[in-house]
Amino acid sequence: MGNIETAVNYSEEQTRYTAVKKGAVAGFPIFLGYLPIAIAYGVLAKQSGLTTFETTMMSVLVFAGAAQFMAANMMAQGALFLQIVVATFVLNFRHFVMSMSFMNKIRTLPLRWKFGLSLGLTDETFTVSSLNGEESKKQHGMYFFASLILVAYFSWVFGSFLGAIIGDALPTTLSDSMGIALYAMFIGLLVPSVKKEWRVGIIAIAAMLINYILMEQVGLEVGWAIVVSTILASFLGIMLLKEEEA
Amino acid sequence: MIMATIIGMAIVTMVPRFIPAFIMEKISLRPWLNRWLNAIPFAALGALVFPGIMTVIPEQPWIGLLGGLTATIIALFNLNVIFAVVGAILTVFLLTM
Repeated sequence: MGNIETAVNYSEEQTRYTAVKKGAVAGFPIFLGYLPIAIAYGVLAKQSGLTTFETTMMSVLVFAGAAQFMAANMMAQGALFLQIVVATFVLNFRHFVMSMSFMNKIRTLPLRWKFGLSLGLTDETFTVSSLNGEESKKQHGMYFFASLILVAYFSWVFGSFLGAIIGDALPTTLSDSMGIALYAMFIGLLVPSVKKEWRVGIIAIAAMLINYILMEQVGLEVGWAIVVSTILASFLGIMLLKEEEA
Repeated sequence: MIMATIIGMAIVTMVPRFIPAFIMEKISLRPWLNRWLNAIPFAALGALVFPGIMTVIPEQPWIGLLGGLTATIIALFNLNVIFAVVGAILTVFLLTM
């Protein structure tokens, strides 16, 4: 093992345990943010007529918050198989764009790791992983990302199950307030990056404006609006960013 | 039928997630493409926050915006993301009480 390990130039040497621990710490805010939302999803799915098993399995197999809320709503309204699957595809297609960006960042990792990590990409695991992209150049870097994703995944699946079995026990004002959690996390990730490099702030604000116009004025579906505004605003990066800002 | 729908949803979610793993394996990118892909996390963060944050309390969009403002101010102090999350939840909780 030692021979193979020393042949590669890592930007930093670390044990597998350190990488796992750092990933779990980086994933902890997602854990906190997912838990109340997953519980709310579990409650809604149960009310929409899904069994506890189906509610939990959707989280295990799909692992995409917004799409699961939408599907539970559509099932309650008696939507057909194809309608729900197509709507899910549209809403989750943004992960394709995110995955392109993340796979480029971790391109030195073995393909089987990239494949496994790609299955765990959500808005939250993608943004947190990307802002820690330098971990991919460190020894055992893949364990950092795997641990981050698994912490988030566990929270999502466990919270869904909890919501399905406890039902509507949370006070509404509390669960309403929890709805801001992931937005606050995105802001908490964005602001320090803007402080370091103001140009990324221009990209983010451009995306907000384009998204607003597409959703409120053009009336595009939220899934496509996010995909189109992310792609258009990130083109600004070609002019604004320097090479080392990975 | 519900399980079939769930499996269908899983497939159309997984495929767009993993295809880039194979695409990026084959091609090496020109510098401008790298800069584009590196900008995507920041563009995505912007698009994910706004205008969605105004729907936290759908009838009162300003509550979501004020929660976001709290998160922004806390984040300016370079504290851990958790503090921004807790601060925003508290803001919304107090405003909807």
